[in-house]
Amino acid sequence: MTKATDRRGFLKLAVGAATAPLVAACGWDGGNALRPALLDVSRVNDWVGEKILFSSARLARTYSPAERSAMLPSYFISAMVPMLRNPDAWRLRVDGLVAAPLVLSLDELQRMPRVSYTVKHHCVEGWSAIASWHGVPLSAVVERCRPLAAARYINFVSFDADYSNGWDLTSAMHPQTMLAYGMNDNPLPPAHGAPLRLYSPVKLGYKLTKYLVSMTFTDRRPGGYWEDQGYPWFGGI
Amino acid sequence: MTESPVRRHHWIVRLTHWVTVVTLAGLITSGLQIYEAYARFGGRGGPFLPSPFNDTRFPAWSRLGGWLAGALNWHFALMWPLVTVGLVYLGYLVKSGEWRALLFRPRDVPGAVQMAGYYLGLRKQHPPQGKHNPLQKLAYTSIYLFGALAVLTGLSIYKPVQFGWLTALFGGFQAARYWHFWTVWIFVAFTLTHVILVFTVDPASFRAIITGWYRGRFPSHD
Repeated sequence: MTKATDRRGFLKLAVGAATAPLVAACGWDGGNALRPALLDVSRVNDWVGEKILFSSARLARTYSPAERSAMLPSYFISAMVPMLRNPDAWRLRVDGLVAAPLVLSLDELQRMPRVSYTVKHHCVEGWSAIASWHGVPLSAVVERCRPLAAARYINFVSFDADYSNGWDLTSAMHPQTMLAYGMNDNPLPPAHGAPLRLYSPVKLGYKLTKYLVSMTFTDRRPGGYWEDQGYPWFGGI
Repeated sequence: MTESPVRRHHWIVRLTHWVTVVTLAGLITSGLQIYEAYARFGGRGGPFLPSPFNDTRFPAWSRLGGWLAGALNWHFALMWPLVTVGLVYLGYLVKSGEWRALLFRPRDVPGAVQMAGYYLGLRKQHPPQGKHNPLQKLAYTSIYLFGALAVLTGLSIYKPVQFGWLTALFGGFQAARYWHFWTVWIFVAFTLTHVILVFTVDPASFRAIITGWYRGRFPSHD
């Protein structure tokens, strides 16, 4: 009898002890004890996403322009839509571990090979929207600057506050990854990153740097605005 | 009269059961935090799939992660142990032959009808049964399949381009999100029913899932 009571008491205690931290844990990002471990797992997931699940041969489904969504929200970090005071002076710098660093004007980019498609945009928040994009395939720029063998990543930097994104070379070379200067048959609007933004249907929206000013090839994994705050670095879908 | 204890649950079953409890709790609560970032189902501008939870913000105690990134990191970490124990458990059932007592098959249909009749009071006598009655088999078989559905819909919204065929199978990205979300309520309903039945019908089975030993009213069910 005493034994049974003890067991019951022990069980109650055990259940209580197990649930209390669970309840206390809600709203919790893991704290100093667990958050680093969760970020370590996130790095493993990045690796699985990049090395196992991602295929450069797999193309995202394309849609007809008639299927475009009525709206595509746009986000930026600055308090107001980031805009250039002197758009004619804008250049894209391509540097870092490359044999031929480049400084490209919008005209020059528009004279390079052109790609266009209508694809579904996936936001990390869970919404999606279909839009058309046109621009130069990123692979065409990469071929022109000739990255050195040590280059494994690209750091894309914007003029929107300190927004930037680090990318793996494989995703950058995907045939649907482009530097977009147009959206829905029009020049890229300021809200969506004018004059030039990174676009690809194989990454989540937060990886698609708007308001580009430079892309730097590196051998060390560059962080990024949201990535440094805990969002998955790879962000591939 | 004291029943002599019988060995009921192998340690693999007990371990996978409790790991599932903890990981599922974490996955559901982090999932509710993720849901908050876009609390509806449909592309931007609509149309939206019918749901009573449009724009619902779930109570703070039910959300894990603090914000979207924190919740995503919990969710994408806990998916691994859940899938692992799901496969280990399945492997154990197959190897031990215990799947025979759990898998609901077409021949269980008449028994399930009788059992439903008993529960509805249309039948006085409890129909004879083995370890589990046909309705239990139906519950345990379908919850496993819903678990598989949760994993597959989860994959299809985690990598909707790499698993594009799977996403298309579920009706597209937003529909896959929709089904992924509904599996949550199936798990919640199953868990509530499961726990209520354990404590009202066969409390001794609670000890069995912890220690492995059953000492109670239904030893014949073994």
